[in-house]
Amino acid sequence: MDYAATTPVDPRVLKAMQPYHSKKFGNTMSLHSFGQEAKNAVEQSRQKLAGLLNARSGKIVFTGSATEANNQALKGIAFANREKGKHIIVSSIEHHCVLDSARWLQKQGFEFTYLPVDGYGLVDPSAVGNAIRKDTILVSIMHANNEIGTIEPIGEIGKVCREKGVYFHTDAAQSLGKVPVDVEEMNVDLLTACAHKMYGPKGVGALFVKDGVRIEPLLHGGGHEFGLRSSTVNVAGVVGFGEAADVAKQEMKTEPKRLTKLRDSLTKGVLSIDQSRLNGHPTRRLPSIANFWFAFIEGESLVAQLDMRNVAASTGSACSSESLEPSHVLTAIGLKHEEAHGSLRLSLGRWSTRQEVDYVLKVLPQAVQRLRVISPFKGEW
Amino acid sequence: MASSQYSKEIIKHFRNPRNVGKIENADGVGKAGNLVCGDLMKLYVEIEENKKGRRIIKDVKFETFGCIVAISNSSLLTTMVKGKTLEEALRLTRNDLIEKLGKPLPAIKLHCSLLAVDALHEAFFDYYSRAKLPVPEELKKDHERIQKALETIEHEHKEFVELEEKLLGEKQ
Repeated sequence: MDYAATTPVDPRVLKAMQPYHSKKFGNTMSLHSFGQEAKNAVEQSRQKLAGLLNARSGKIVFTGSATEANNQALKGIAFANREKGKHIIVSSIEHHCVLDSARWLQKQGFEFTYLPVDGYGLVDPSAVGNAIRKDTILVSIMHANNEIGTIEPIGEIGKVCREKGVYFHTDAAQSLGKVPVDVEEMNVDLLTACAHKMYGPKGVGALFVKDGVRIEPLLHGGGHEFGLRSSTVNVAGVVGFGEAADVAKQEMKTEPKRLTKLRDSLTKGVLSIDQSRLNGHPTRRLPSIANFWFAFIEGESLVAQLDMRNVAASTGSACSSESLEPSHVLTAIGLKHEEAHGSLRLSLGRWSTRQEVDYVLKVLPQAVQRLRVISPFKGEW
Repeated sequence: MASSQYSKEIIKHFRNPRNVGKIENADGVGKAGNLVCGDLMKLYVEIEENKKGRRIIKDVKFETFGCIVAISNSSLLTTMVKGKTLEEALRLTRNDLIEKLGKPLPAIKLHCSLLAVDALHEAFFDYYSRAKLPVPEELKKDHERIQKALETIEHEHKEFVELEEKLLGEKQ
């Protein structure tokens, strides 16, 4: 129940990757046939990922992670376009790698607008339009939120940006492979992709960059990846990413429907627990993510209670974070500190079954009840 | 997850917390909250004089809203003070709890161990006040600090308290 954190590598992906660790170990920059073999494999993977993204032109730059791709997008655009302006817009529920890049760029003299979201976690496209200034060089809004699953109106936001002539980036790390992602329909100039969230290996991400976008590299050196990401290419990882993209594309017709059904029965069952709520949008959400709130109990304890019952879940509670701060996403959608305390994220994936959902619905009420018995919020505080 | 980050002792108490619940007509009730994270604890004591005329903790129960460490510390504390004299129990510090837990707590969880000691001191403060006995100076000092923190946290938890009151109202 924690596929949103990471996913296992699909056996088909693993099989495709294996020869590139040993037999086909060439460096893509070598001119001999071993090198060319590796290079061809990387180019084929690029095509596969382009197919999943419906990217008919533009560049797909393989990176070491989605975090790197997001850093590359923000910092690369900021430094390549600072003659035009110093203003960038992001939402307040972006992943930490976007928000922390933003804070770092602020120290370098760039200005940021952090757009609020509504109670469901949605960004208002007209608010994006209103926030764009003459000196705005980039808008970055995530496709789907990793904690609550809400899917943003990316196509509309992209349209607004295009009308105003501002670059638009979306972080699709959590959504790619789970729901259709189409760079044409979404009107994006840059898009972040992640392999390990879609049954590919860890250590590979990608940044789609539309033709004509002015962007500076983060890493300088051998000029790999169109000069945007110098580093010897992680061939096996990239091959895995390509295969994962191919598999996701094949399964796109059936898998989202199957998961949506499972998610909805899960949600219905969980909400039958007294004093519980769903966080995020009820329908405009990923098929894979459901986030709940339970009164009177704390999330880390709930995750541990579930762990004891062999269910892996996660929470936005302050108690479980390194900073003792509650999730910025949950507070942005209006949850108070103590409400974020009682949050639980359950996320489904390719090997989730009806039996698993039924099992969770059997043990979750027990876990909640167990903690409520210990909680002082009953009777009289 | 939880089991690798925390000591066996913590997991033991979390899995099977001792002395959970309330004591009706308790001789002392203490409430404490943690400003760092918002955890809350309520502790009940029943005090009895033994044959030697010393006051001992006959029974103790707790209720805690909080994380794994907060719950296990609450449980651990009750097992350490049950049957002890008030004087002995008062000498118990957060460090005694931390020590008893074996494996060092993650630094970020150290604050959790104060909660149980605070609630115990508050229960004693309540006992001394109700029994019209002189309250030890250190308990008075603790009381001020704990009350101040509680006010802040209770304000944060206003919604829970209201929801709870509403639910109780519906039952009646």
